[in-house]
Amino acid sequence: MNPVYLETPLSDEVLNLRAGDQVLLSGTIYTARDEAHMKMMKDGIPFDPVGAAVYHCGPVISGSRILAAGPTTSARLNRLTGFLLDAGVRALIGKGGMGSEVVDHLRGRGIYLAATGGCAVLAASRMILQGVFYEDLGMAEAIWIIKADRLPLVVGIDSEGGDLFGAVEREAKLQFYSRYTT
Amino acid sequence: MEIIIEFIPSVLMMLPPSGEELFAAVSKATCLALREAETRLPSDVIAALQRAVANETSEIAREELGRILENIALAGRLEVPICQDTGVPVVYLTVPPGIPLTDGLLEAVADGVRKATCEIPLRPNVVHPLERTNTGDNTGPGMPEIHIRPGNCLKITVLPKGAGAENMSRLAMLLPTQKDQIERFVTETVLVAGGKPCPPVILGVGIGGTFDGVAALAKEALLEPIDHMDPFEKELCDAVNALGVGPMGLGGKTTALAVKVKTASCHTASMPVAVNVQCWAARRATQEVVW
Repeated sequence: MNPVYLETPLSDEVLNLRAGDQVLLSGTIYTARDEAHMKMMKDGIPFDPVGAAVYHCGPVISGSRILAAGPTTSARLNRLTGFLLDAGVRALIGKGGMGSEVVDHLRGRGIYLAATGGCAVLAASRMILQGVFYEDLGMAEAIWIIKADRLPLVVGIDSEGGDLFGAVEREAKLQFYSRYTT
Repeated sequence: MEIIIEFIPSVLMMLPPSGEELFAAVSKATCLALREAETRLPSDVIAALQRAVANETSEIAREELGRILENIALAGRLEVPICQDTGVPVVYLTVPPGIPLTDGLLEAVADGVRKATCEIPLRPNVVHPLERTNTGDNTGPGMPEIHIRPGNCLKITVLPKGAGAENMSRLAMLLPTQKDQIERFVTETVLVAGGKPCPPVILGVGIGGTFDGVAALAKEALLEPIDHMDPFEKELCDAVNALGVGPMGLGGKTTALAVKVKTASCHTASMPVAVNVQCWAARRATQEVVW
């Protein structure tokens, strides 16, 4: 399957993508984990959220270099994500998928892109560090401003409720309960 | 002459080191082991991932596994950590009879962790459990977590453990009559985890011992090479893979690369079972301490 090239700021084009589509994402992205989400909810979003892509990631930074920047588990942010989508964020990037509240919230708004968990060097080799917000939160929790160059991703959740993780989970449950009936 | 040259260093090796020499040697070996573990995966893990690519039929699963192998190669070439979650330092120490087991010895391990954090570098992951303040150097009360046992030589094995997989680990105090429930508990752990622990995973399973002991057993099982499984381990592994969770939870045949089991005697009225989940980045390395 040929990948779709995307560039931030993202527009309505993301609404046409479907779960399972391969994507190469370029342009500015913002890392954010638990602490950054909490702080943004309290103090406001420090970047222009319209068309933005938020990356669930706590990278290893050395000086001005990004050494390792794979995704963190997105589900931890299930209850902390709505305000970003309401503000215009179009893409969430992470690993493991997100809860049904986020799947619903993405409808007509944006997409969830799955990055390969643990592939931190591969991701970092396609990134340039541009700046930072909330550096006081520490290396893992700060918001790092990153210029991405063809980051390889797959659409995990699309804007019509298509959810690759959900589909796999439903099938896994069927398998489980057919094997262990009690 | 040649004999003498070879002979002298080995004699020196046998002399007990001074406190300072020992501290420096242990610190250095810890740092070296962490560098090796963080930047290069063991060959048995890489071989298992390569077998998985060949076995997968789903395009997405093959793409995910392909990226994992590309990432491993890149990390080794650039000598940088494979994953940004460089984990918390779990350390296994074997101590020979001639080496006194002191607080200084353990402090030397912590010193090696601090150096590794700075030099490799590692992400500072260690925080106060409630205040969540970061110590900045991957050490703190109880960290590194050090397991000690007697041995023939002073050896340091590190198992840096990331949180994504560790958070999905589970423990059950099954009844002695529930042997048939072990497989269900292991499989259920993977079902609940889904894509969160970065599958394909390796499962360390502890059976027996006590409530705390079984968790340690499960973690120790992760030190075992994964190129061999006994029939029970294979059965558990097949049951897990039948779920179809696949690489990163995106579907596929490879949910677990291997299951390794360790057992210990337990109370006649107990059957503790623990499953320690390990992501594909199964980092482990051993260094012998020399001085």
